[in-house]
Order: sequence, then C-alpha cells, then structure tokens
Amino acid sequence: MMRRTMLFLPGNAPNMLINGDVLGADSIIFDLEDAVAPDEKDAARILVRNTLKYQKPTACETIIRINPLDTQEWRADLEEVIPCRPDLIMPAKAGCGQDIKVVADYMAQIEEQAGIQVGSTGILPLVETVLGVEKAFEIASAHRRVAGLFLGGEDLTADLHCKRTKEGQEIFYARSRIVCAARACGLDAYDTPFTDVEDMQGLVKDSQLARSLGFSGKAVISPRHVETVNAVFSPAPEEIQYARDVVEAIEEGKRQGKGAVSLRGKMIDAPIVKRAMQILDMERQMMGGDFQ
Amino acid sequence: MSKLVSSLKEAIIAAGLKDHMTISFHHHLRNGDYVLNMVLAKAAEMGIRDLNVNASSLFDVHEPVIGHIKNQVVTGLEVNYMGQKVGRAISEGILEKPVIFRSHGGRAGDMENGSAKVDIAFIAAPCADNMGNMSGKYGPSACGSLGYAFSDAMYADKVVVITDYLVPYPLQDCSIPEGYVDYVVCVDKIGDASRIVSGTTRITRDPVGLRIAWLASQVVKHSGYLKDGFSFQTGAGGASLAVAKYVEEMMEKEKITGSFCMGGITGYLVSMMEKGYFETILDVQCFDLSAVASIRENKRHREISASRYASPAAKSSAVDSLDVVILGATQADTDFHVNVHTDSNGNIMGGSGGHSDTAQGAKLSIVAAPLIRARLPLIADKVLCRSTPGETIDVIVTQRGIAVNPRNQELRETLVRAGLPVKDIQELKKIAEDMAGVPKEVACKGRTVAKVLYRDGTLLDTIQAKS
Repeated sequence: MMRRTMLFLPGNAPNMLINGDVLGADSIIFDLEDAVAPDEKDAARILVRNTLKYQKPTACETIIRINPLDTQEWRADLEEVIPCRPDLIMPAKAGCGQDIKVVADYMAQIEEQAGIQVGSTGILPLVETVLGVEKAFEIASAHRRVAGLFLGGEDLTADLHCKRTKEGQEIFYARSRIVCAARACGLDAYDTPFTDVEDMQGLVKDSQLARSLGFSGKAVISPRHVETVNAVFSPAPEEIQYARDVVEAIEEGKRQGKGAVSLRGKMIDAPIVKRAMQILDMERQMMGGDFQ
Repeated sequence: MSKLVSSLKEAIIAAGLKDHMTISFHHHLRNGDYVLNMVLAKAAEMGIRDLNVNASSLFDVHEPVIGHIKNQVVTGLEVNYMGQKVGRAISEGILEKPVIFRSHGGRAGDMENGSAKVDIAFIAAPCADNMGNMSGKYGPSACGSLGYAFSDAMYADKVVVITDYLVPYPLQDCSIPEGYVDYVVCVDKIGDASRIVSGTTRITRDPVGLRIAWLASQVVKHSGYLKDGFSFQTGAGGASLAVAKYVEEMMEKEKITGSFCMGGITGYLVSMMEKGYFETILDVQCFDLSAVASIRENKRHREISASRYASPAAKSSAVDSLDVVILGATQADTDFHVNVHTDSNGNIMGGSGGHSDTAQGAKLSIVAAPLIRARLPLIADKVLCRSTPGETIDVIVTQRGIAVNPRNQELRETLVRAGLPVKDIQELKKIAEDMAGVPKEVACKGRTVAKVLYRDGTLLDTIQAKS
C-alpha cells in the first residue's frame, strides 16, 4: 500500500470529512485525538462513524487515530468506528507491544460482534514517546495487524525534554530507530508532519530528509502540503525508466538463458531488481489512484 | 457659470423629477452607498411617486427600497444584481411589476439602443468639480473605476452628480467629463468608506476551494490559451483568486506575458500586472484598496466603461477579446445552464453582473464551484433560473471532477489526455446526490416577480414568487 502522504483531518469537521478524499493524499487520518476537544469527543466519533458508513472514501485509504490507552475514550472510539470498516486504526502513544495486543484484542471482540472478519482492520501504531521509540521493534512485531510504524515528533520532543526544531536533529535517532524497527519486520515507516504550514521550502527539505532515511511517506497536517510531499516520495521519471529497463533486462536475460544480467555496464543483483519492482508498483498505484 | 446647486432637493427640482419617471444609479459604492437611499428618501419626502429605478445593482444597504416600494414611491426596478435583503422581499411579491434583470453589458447596451430609457441619472461621484467633471479615484469615498456610470451619464436626459469631495475646477484626471452633466450637488457623505471596497481581498485557505481552483487552473493550462498574449478574467472571491494564483505560477514557470486581465479588480490582479504577467488591466470596477490605488497611479491600469467592457450594442467590447473567464454558480444543470440569480429556495439573491456577458464573449468559460453547497448538490436536472445559457459554458469544475460541455468535444478529449478527472455531468450530479440526497423540488409557482433578460435583450427566464 502506497502511503506517500497521510493527511490528518479533524474528526469534528464535517466539510473536511466528506471532502478529505479529493485532496490528493494517499491516506486520510480522521483524528479523534488531539484535534478534538474533550467535550466534543462523542460528537466527533459519531461524525466519523457516519462518514465511514455513508460516504466512505473510495479513492484513498482511511485511518482513524484513536485516543491513547490511558484515557477513557479509546474503547468508545473503536466501538463506534470498527463496525464501519476503516482500513487502519492508529493508536496514539503506543508504548510497547502489549499496548498493540490490547487494542488488537478489543478490535477482535468488536469485529466478532459486528460479524466482520476478525483481523480485517489493520493497526498503524503512532510512536510518540521515548518508551515507544525504544520498544519500536516490539511494537512493530506485536501483532499481524500492524501495517507499519508512524513517528510522532511533537509529543516525542516533549517527552525528550527538548525543543522541536525545523532541522529535526533532536529526532534523528528516533527517526532512524523507527525505520530500522519497521524494516526489520518487513514494514514501512512513516514520518512525523512538518508543522509550519507556510514554509514550503522547509517542507521539501524535511520530506527529503525523511525519504533519505528510509521513510516511505509522511503525515501532513495541511492539505496544502499534500502535493509537495507526494512529489518528494514519488519516484522520479528517470527512476521509473531505470526500473523499467531493469525489469526488461532481467526478462531478456531469462529468455536468453543467462544467469547474470548487466545493464549499462553494471551487474543487476537481487536488491536492484527488488527496488525496481517497488518503484514500478508505486507507479502502478499512482496511475491507478484518483488524479493527484 | 456653475452647475453647483445648494441641496439635493434643489437638484431634484432643477432636474425636473416627476411621478412616473425613470431614475438611475450605479453601484460602485457597493454596500457603503448612501446616494440611492438619499435620493429616494428625498423624492418620497417631496411627494413623488411611481418611480422606476434603474440601478446597476442593489445591495443590502439599499434595504430602504422595500419601504419605498410599499409606499408606491418606487413601482419599478431594473437591476443587474440584487442582494439578499431586497431580493427576498421581491420574491415575496411586494412589487407588482416584475423586476427587470439585465447583465452589466446588457444594461449599457440597452441604454445605448434606447431600450432602457433614463430620465434622470443620479451619479455618486467620490470626487467632482463644480461643472461635473468626476472621478472615482480621489476623495474620502474613493471607489476607483466609475465604469458602470458612463452609460448613465451619456444616455440619461438629465444628469445630477452627487459628491462629498468637491475640488476646484478643473478636476484634471476626470473619468466622466462635464459635457454630460447638468447639476452638481455636494453632500456631507456619499458613502461609508469601510463598506465601499474591502481592505484586502485574500486567497481562500479552504482546501476544497483550493482543490477546485487548482483543477480550474489545470483546465486553463491544457486549453491552449495560456500563452503570450493571454487574457483573463476572474472574480474577487477567495477561490477565484486562488485560480489566479495558480495561473500566475504557470505563467512564471513558462515565462508567459499576458495581454490584459479585467472584471472586478483586486490587489492580486494588480500585483500580477506589476510583476509583468499582464500588460494592462481593463477595470470596470475595483474591489479593494490596492486596486483603487493602482488605478489612480498606474497608467497601465485603465478604467473602462460597462459598454467597452461588455455591451452587445457596441461594435465590439472587451469580452469579445477575452480568452478565459472563471465564473461562479449557485446552481447549474445537466444542460450546463447556470443560475446566479436565486438561492436554493428560489429566493432572489444575486444576478448576472458580467456572468452571461463574459461567458458568451470569452473563448473559454469555466464555472468553478463546490459540488455540494449547504448540503445541496450543485447540479440539478433544471436550474431554478437560467441566468447564463448552457451553450456559453464550456466547463464546470468541482472538487470531485470536471464536466465538459458536449459541444466542446475537442476540449474534453484534451483534458482526458492530460489525465484530469473528467466526468460526465450526469455522473457529477449522481455523485452529489449520492452524498447529499436528491433535493425536494422547490415550489415557485406564484406570479412572475422578475424577468431575466439576456445580454441581447431577449427574455432568458422568469422568476416566480414563492406562492
């Protein structure tokens, strides 16, 4: 699943909920946590439920950010939304593997009651505490529902007792750790949003840094960031062409019965083929999705 | 000699205002206008009745007109646009004679060809001298262009200039010259400056509006018109300005220098001209303070009359040379007809303005609007009021897709090839109805309260009372 951009939308904003799927993001995150004031949690839950029930986006994936496990809200969040089949649940402040198991077990109960295939909804843990970073591998490998790891930089820096900066030096370790943990489990990692809505150059730089570290995509808090982040995490035309050439060369090699194949004077080994296939898969998804 | 009279009453008497006459007003002072109310109040006080008022637009500030209608001071209205407050009263049937709606170009044209006869024009002038040379560019009530007032001055039998900023003769930089003017009267204030023009007009931050604007800009890009010499009109609303922003980005990237932009002028279009993206601005109306300052100071920012803007009676007008126009809509239908006159309940709340003029004149007319507004689908089987004929609309852009008029098959194919989300208009209608449901039919089956004339003077549609 390609998730170059995951766009946060407040769960209590009807206009945004029904139009979220036209804003170009690969995934939209209906937020029941930080974007919703405590006295509006129930209203937001109902709005998100009804959006999923009656107007579930078809052109992009839907993710629901639920409230953390140390609140009274998360169970109600799941009860309301799971029967309406979102693609993923994002538990906030995932701190360890046990947190994921608790959420997954409760999801299973609700799925069973609703007559939905157990395990059909995935989990995208939001790692935003120092404990969560240190236990990233445990979180990623805690349950077969886990679809990737998502780093939340804002809460993390508060937990680190340091200032969040645009350069992001303070979360460099966490970024790398999250990517390693996710990749070790065969999963993708997704980067924290860039929070200055006006600073488009800063956004490009931050996105490029995340991509260079191995992230597959990035969350965004403003629809205005979608196009830029999509562009950074999309393969460049020359990458796509190279990937096509690689696949063609391999197929030609097979036809000719060659064991080793080279392209432009370089041997094509398994990682190159794997990367080429990934790029072509992204291209297929980009072409098949709604117009970006 | 001086044309200056001591009071409005004296001017009214001198001009010979009598029962059954037609008097006219322009709307450059928009929602800050004091002049229309001032003249009608004085006429009522003087016992004059049965007036036909030809105002280029009526805003909510003109709500006192309702009282004058009830008292038979006003028995006829001719407008290009009518705000919600007066519109609601008209829809309720307070005026016996149907309101005549024209377009901006149609009004000028009908004055030129004699179809819209005016006995006395009362022209609010932000600056004037004692002989009637006038301008909108100076004074405490400056509004910039006086484009809509030219026809009134040129074709009314008598012309009264009302100003609150009298300058020594001669006003050097005048818009409308003294030769058309009979009387000048100076009053305390002709308007509320804070409501005449906006401080600034801003690009929308609404993501759905931005999505619509971006798609509209892509239609412009792929239409083939975006090249050196490009001419463009867009509205002053936040989403229309966003289209201008995206168009500017493309012009910068492709190093395109346009010819002219026009319509209601905002600071954003001024900045595009100043940055060299357009050679000139043809300004029939200013919408914000930047535009007012620019028309005063920049020779490339030219004031034009409504006739030069869009009159079908003229041998040519600027809309005929326009490449692309971005338009709004309160409702559209599957034949691409557009309604900008009534709200979803059938109450009058708008008017053509330059909508049908530019749609017909421009090579490419794009309607950009949200697919669902206030829980109602944009697209219906039939619009409640046909303000602009579908055959003059090329494209309807919504956040969920672009519908191209089947008359323009070539453009449709081009946009499909460009990868844009082109959809049949029936499909767009279904998407909206799947989301918002099919609205109940609005029952407007009362007597005719308004006639909508097309720019050539033919009857386009009628608007019925609610019951």
